[in-house]
Amino acid sequence: MKSLLKATVAAVAFAAAGSAANAADVKACYIYVGPVGDFGWSYQHDQGRLEAEKHFGDKLETAYLESVPEGPDAERAIERFAREGCNIIFTTSFGYMNPTIKVAKKFPDVKFEHATGYKTADNVATYNSKFHEGRYIIGQIAAKQSKTGVAGYIASFPIPEVVSGINAFLLGAQSVNPDFKLKVVWVNSWFDPGKEADAAKALLDQGADVITQHTDSTAPLQVAQERGAHGFGQASDMIQFAPEAQYTAIVDDWGPYYIERIQEVMDGTWESKSTWGGLAEGHVVMAPYTNLPDDVVAMAKETEAKIAGGWEPFTGPITKQDGTVAAEEGVTLDDGAILGMNWYVKGIDDKLPQ
Amino acid sequence: MFEAVLLTIITAATPLLIAAIGELVVERSGVLNLGVEGMMIMGAVVGFAVANQTGSGTLGVIAAIAAGMAMSALFGFLVLVLVTNQVATGLALTILGIGFSGLIGEAFIGIPGLKLPDLYIPGLSDIPFIGPVFFQQDALVYISFALVIAVAYFLFRTRLGLVLRSVGDNHGSAHALGYSVIRIRFAAVLFGGACAGLAGAYMSLAYTPQWVENMTAGRGWIALALVVFSSWLPLRVVIGAYLFGAVSVLNLHAQAVELDIPSQLLSSLPYLATILVLVLISANRRLTLVNTPACLGKPFVPDR
Repeated sequence: MKSLLKATVAAVAFAAAGSAANAADVKACYIYVGPVGDFGWSYQHDQGRLEAEKHFGDKLETAYLESVPEGPDAERAIERFAREGCNIIFTTSFGYMNPTIKVAKKFPDVKFEHATGYKTADNVATYNSKFHEGRYIIGQIAAKQSKTGVAGYIASFPIPEVVSGINAFLLGAQSVNPDFKLKVVWVNSWFDPGKEADAAKALLDQGADVITQHTDSTAPLQVAQERGAHGFGQASDMIQFAPEAQYTAIVDDWGPYYIERIQEVMDGTWESKSTWGGLAEGHVVMAPYTNLPDDVVAMAKETEAKIAGGWEPFTGPITKQDGTVAAEEGVTLDDGAILGMNWYVKGIDDKLPQ
Repeated sequence: MFEAVLLTIITAATPLLIAAIGELVVERSGVLNLGVEGMMIMGAVVGFAVANQTGSGTLGVIAAIAAGMAMSALFGFLVLVLVTNQVATGLALTILGIGFSGLIGEAFIGIPGLKLPDLYIPGLSDIPFIGPVFFQQDALVYISFALVIAVAYFLFRTRLGLVLRSVGDNHGSAHALGYSVIRIRFAAVLFGGACAGLAGAYMSLAYTPQWVENMTAGRGWIALALVVFSSWLPLRVVIGAYLFGAVSVLNLHAQAVELDIPSQLLSSLPYLATILVLVLISANRRLTLVNTPACLGKPFVPDR
């Protein structure tokens, strides 16, 4: 109902803006999988849109559709945007991959950008972020700060992005304390505040005193705050939910990428490519370090600078859980190996769900 | 350790217990309201909004109850007065609740909530183990138990409770005896709405003090299953809710101690347990029939 209403409003706005569209140089359109108020994934994309709007002022016009289901509905939504004069369309969820490719074939003059996918075309580019870079840093912080030497990790689904996050976290922690322990709990959900809170309690009860998560709600941080433990924000800065518990947060910042690509459309230099940006590109940003002693903040900033300078957290020696070597000393895993990661590093006792 | 697990189980079970005990009364009167999830989520958002605006958790809880009742009044009007299909109307109520709560809650996303305080009873709360578990909970936990006892007493020890059950078992006879079937059912539906709203308030004010869209995450449906699980007996709802809470919390603990069991299997355990109990209960067909409201879900149109 809500999205229908907003869609209607947006449609009316299109009609009214028909002549105004000529005034703006470029029209950028966005398709979101969730509501812009999820305070997570879609929220951060919308923040990026607003940033771009602010940057370009009158030269840019934007529009968005929220809560667009992945599947046939998405194709319709994307096609409507293409017909209504959008110059560049950002489709921000994995499930929009095939619809985006399909619509892009029909509109060769419109540029398409698909987030987190792997299919490109002459007018379809893909983009994603190296979240695991941030996870390496928070792993180091956890190992420095933990008194029990055990951290808890609330995980959603055993897909490569989540697995590489867990591995990067532990590699970071092991770089500080080689004996550091990590307990992983799978809640098999992206979003269930109650269950995430229960998982956080279970981990804290079992001796973890720092927790982190790859699920979308702020509930685990609230539990940490209540119990006097600590944790990290996910996707956006969650400091107001846990002013005493949050050390930092791994923030998805899409703004710089959106500005860069829209600028290229304006200049006529846009071309299809696959972007996988991290700390260096400013696509992954660490929220301010709080509740930490100075030396730990210094260490975190140093690592941040090192990664931004081109160092890859998945640099050998890396040993897999089963004892086989994943990367020799000094060897860096290639993008494909990280994007398709389906094994744990040594030191994790949990068995990876298959 | 055991104490900590028990405390987590209590918080996981309480919203299920409150919502289920309300629905039990509704179904005992012969009405099937599948809109528990929708009423619960409305209770969650309104409770959060009011507590946030007024700074009072108590007002939030009251507002949540009112929101649940308003939703159930809509349902009651449709199915009892206009005699619409109960299953379809209940489903519609859930969809409406999820959508409408998102609309109301838009302004409250990303704001930390107010947590209902734990009641501290001097003396009793200090007893080791027993104190923290039994005498250091928030008010809604005590209310959940009071509700169960009150409902059990009402249904089986009072005249009005007998009337309500008879309406659910044979609305034709109850009508012939001069009881207002519609009015009694409407009251039961309102009570169910109030309980669902209260369960929603527990989610957004005690369990995870925040508002995010769809935060009840299917708990209303589990409450509905628990009513069947309990074979419409109030005390069995407690067993069901706590069993469900326990299995889902122990699943997380089992993972944290690194038991070598696939997490997907552990996650499905609460549901498997529910199905198992349902099978065991329905094996004894006569016993089941004794407690099943015979007119459950059947429309009633009084002949004038």
